[in-house]
Amino acid sequence: MSDAAVELNNVSVSYGANRALRDVSAQFRTGAVGLLGPNGAGKSTMLKALLGFLKPDQGRMEVLGLDVAREALAIRARLGYMPETDAHIPGMNAVSFVAYCGQLAGLPGADAMQRAHEVLYYVGLGEARYRNVETYSTGMKQRIKLAQALVHDPDLLFLDEPTNGMDPKGRDEMLELIRDLAHNKNVNLILSSHLLPDVEYTCDHVVVMDKGTVVAHGPIRDLKGPGGRVYELRVKGDELGFVEVLRGAGMECHATDEDVMRVFVPDGQDQRALFALAARHGVQVRHLRPSVPTLEDVFAKAIGEG
Amino acid sequence: MPIHDQSYRRYGGRREALGRAWTVIAWSGIRSMIGKRKFLALLIFAWIPFIVRAVQIYIAANFPQASMLAPTTSTFREFIDQQGVFVFFVTIYVGAGLIANDRRANALQIYLSKPLMRAEYIAGKLAVLVAFLLLVTWVPGIMLLVLQVAFAGSFAFLRANLFLFPALTLAALIQVLLSAFTMLALSSLSNSSRYVAILYAGAVFFTEAMFGALVAITGSTAVSWVSFSANVAQLVDVVFRLKPRYETPWTVSMLVVVALIALSVSVLERRVRGVEVVT
Repeated sequence: MSDAAVELNNVSVSYGANRALRDVSAQFRTGAVGLLGPNGAGKSTMLKALLGFLKPDQGRMEVLGLDVAREALAIRARLGYMPETDAHIPGMNAVSFVAYCGQLAGLPGADAMQRAHEVLYYVGLGEARYRNVETYSTGMKQRIKLAQALVHDPDLLFLDEPTNGMDPKGRDEMLELIRDLAHNKNVNLILSSHLLPDVEYTCDHVVVMDKGTVVAHGPIRDLKGPGGRVYELRVKGDELGFVEVLRGAGMECHATDEDVMRVFVPDGQDQRALFALAARHGVQVRHLRPSVPTLEDVFAKAIGEG
Repeated sequence: MPIHDQSYRRYGGRREALGRAWTVIAWSGIRSMIGKRKFLALLIFAWIPFIVRAVQIYIAANFPQASMLAPTTSTFREFIDQQGVFVFFVTIYVGAGLIANDRRANALQIYLSKPLMRAEYIAGKLAVLVAFLLLVTWVPGIMLLVLQVAFAGSFAFLRANLFLFPALTLAALIQVLLSAFTMLALSSLSNSSRYVAILYAGAVFFTEAMFGALVAITGSTAVSWVSFSANVAQLVDVVFRLKPRYETPWTVSMLVVVALIALSVSVLERRVRGVEVVT
């Protein structure tokens, strides 16, 4: 059996003249996989196509070994989807809403109600489960969306920007839940986000998208850990010219906040090479600190940010 | 270890076969409406004509001097006609928010991410409205027929008018299906149930007013096909084996009703989607 929970082969999806996915081929392994990309990269479109909401112009998609075009219902029975936008069934309290979602997913009424109570406790809404969902705060609405996606115990979860609009504490708790699901409860999940730390914290693998195409994919550890070292560097002088010099010497540079750049020094070289180039180019090194590669570096490299 | 670690477990129980989700939607909608006091009051009010007719049938069956009150086929036809006003109010009260409220709360993507087809979602919502509309048309109509037999103590009337059972059923279905489909289609067009209610009432009154104006201008009722309710009335007359009240051929009225239902289905097919694509 394939190790892929989701597989796309040459998939294109258009909204009228706008091509949201362009000939995408990708594999999402079992476990926790991050779907990373800037806003408008096509992440949500990919999830919606996998759910069968959007019909691709071309290509073939498989989820849990089932063909999306022919077995959409069987797929959705084994899938949990947490949408990006605020979504609920109007006029229901939390426990009724989640139990209702369980029944829609095929659980008998009594089991659905029992599971609803369980998952509401699990996502931290146990005390608020008899409140009408419409009175919930943004953070609580995110949690209830997770609860409705979990109630029927799916084999695969699609989480679309699950920490959107949450305060820092709520966000940490949500990430902890997602991490727990993936690593302790053996629920496969695809986490779509533009927030790199969220993906880095919860996922083992990542698929990076930009402008409707997959630009990088693989285990986060492998993507983050190419040969060589990473330094944070700040210089005084002709900064732009120096960046070109560094690139000419085979070193990649990514701008970060303020005036600090991250420089990737290839294998066989170290900080002395940086000092030598700086001296030759006539710039002063004001700050140099060894660093570790982050997913942000992978992302910046993949989408070509200089 | 966080406490929540103890509260999530994998589910190993039974799962229902696919294709039953519409019943879940329907039952949930029906329960939700029954929980509303104003709606219950409307339902009780809608049964008042039934009580009046039941008393009429009782008196006619038990007091020979009141034989002029004895029911005929027209009695049942008139009853269905009278219930039209309740069909209108129940359609608005129950139907306006059926899909509009789901659109407002982005619930469609929740529904359609579950193992159910769009047709099942529509069937579930339709079932809610149809159930209540039948409750104010077909159910009291059939009960009147049963009461007639019970009060008269004989099957003579029923035997002589056996067609009344299918006629009541067909008449109620024409009235109910047209109202339910058109209201559901309108409900899928907006996020506001109030707007939908106004739109539906506007459509009914406008077509009725247009028909009235055209009759006044042309002096003929051959244009009754422009009116929502006139088409229903025309068909129900035919179903009850009575002379159609307007000059429009009943086949034209039937075509209009079928076309309206087909148009509603087409609107629903386009509007009920997991994702709204704006191009």
